[in-house]
Amino acid sequence: MKPAPFDYYAPATVEEAVALLEKLEDDDIDAKVLAGGQSLMPMLSLRMARPEALVDLGKIPNLDYIREENGHIAIGAMTSKRDAEMSLLLKEKQPLLHIASGLIGHKQIRNQGTVGGSFAHADPAAEYGAVAQALGMDMVVVGPDGERVISADEFYVSFLTTDMDSTEVLTEVRAPVMPAGTGWSFQEITRRKGDLAMAGAAVTLRIEGGNCVDVVIAVFGVNAIAARLEGAEQIVNGNAPGEALFAQAAQAASAEIDEPISDVHASGDYRRALIKALVARCLTEAVERVA
Amino acid sequence: MTTLQRVNLTVNGVNYEREVDPRMTLVDFLRHELRLTGTHVGCEHGVCGACTILKDGKAIRSCLMLAVQADGESLETVEGLSSNKSGELHPIQQAFIEEHGLQCGFCTPGFLMSTVELLGETPNPTDQEIKNALDGNLCRCTGYQTIIQSVRLAATKVQDSKLAGTDGSA
Repeated sequence: MKPAPFDYYAPATVEEAVALLEKLEDDDIDAKVLAGGQSLMPMLSLRMARPEALVDLGKIPNLDYIREENGHIAIGAMTSKRDAEMSLLLKEKQPLLHIASGLIGHKQIRNQGTVGGSFAHADPAAEYGAVAQALGMDMVVVGPDGERVISADEFYVSFLTTDMDSTEVLTEVRAPVMPAGTGWSFQEITRRKGDLAMAGAAVTLRIEGGNCVDVVIAVFGVNAIAARLEGAEQIVNGNAPGEALFAQAAQAASAEIDEPISDVHASGDYRRALIKALVARCLTEAVERVA
Repeated sequence: MTTLQRVNLTVNGVNYEREVDPRMTLVDFLRHELRLTGTHVGCEHGVCGACTILKDGKAIRSCLMLAVQADGESLETVEGLSSNKSGELHPIQQAFIEEHGLQCGFCTPGFLMSTVELLGETPNPTDQEIKNALDGNLCRCTGYQTIIQSVRLAATKVQDSKLAGTDGSA
């Protein structure tokens, strides 16, 4: 058996899960929450993670849904990525989140892996990080003091680290419905299809009076957390779309990244070069998609 | 020592109940506890796809799931493809033989199960759809061209067997 030993709990409700996490923390037991396990299981098998207890959310009902309510799309934390990829509601109302869902891992990973699991794991190369920053998504977590809603810029703290406390459970993520007339694009570059991205970008914008407005550019895979590049956004905002403008913005985006990750998959300089190419491509595609 | 957990699940229509260590992966459970050794263990961390099985008809990696997580689930493994009574191969298996979709055969159970899911959802897939469905399975000897050809032939065979009234679905 590859993982180190651990105790296993499968609570029946979110409240039970939170109470259990509290008790484990009080007893000084290192516990980890298990959702779909598509990131946690490799970490257990490689013994990069050696929790003393696993709290499996898989037996909790009613955390598996995609629905529109109050102007946003709400996705239950235990919804599979494959369900998000196949959701017609998501495709119609929030295409950026939809397209990103289909780019995660392989089909077998998306069948078992959950939407909430990806957000909570907070891998720097995860597609959802960029989507969350680009759309200003909200994360709903439940803890001992009840429910709280965390915005994307506060949710992601650092490499594999979120604002959630060890006694809190992510139950839902919320994305605004994409306003009509919004152009969008999501692109990434991977070594092989299904690999974690070396770099990726997400863009949304609108065209008003012939000029780009409400421009959002978010990148992922290059720093500990995905981030918006506001300098590059300002270059595009208020100007007529065009190749020269987008080249200038792409150059600025590439320069705006502070100390990009340098590892065995790609050097920091290469990641900068990827961002330059991706931002230009995303801006072009987003304009093409403006209805 | 951690507490053993009771697991009750269905594999290829047969119900099993065992007590297992929580850290036992589902693929180890299938192979060691149930002696269903058709499902292969390759990388054991979710890269190679050799351990692909179906859970409620959906392809998953059985090395990326704990046996305890599968409590109450209904699974299909490669052993469930051929008919136990007649020993006749599933049309997908037959297609892989005819188109030389395997050489050493180590990756084959995974490819077969991914193909079952694909043809269930998309009975007549394009080459691109085949590639997309199989991008999570690695083959280190035959190469992919003959595997893609095998899936193409399998699609025809599955449709023919359905027309002929014999159940080609897994």
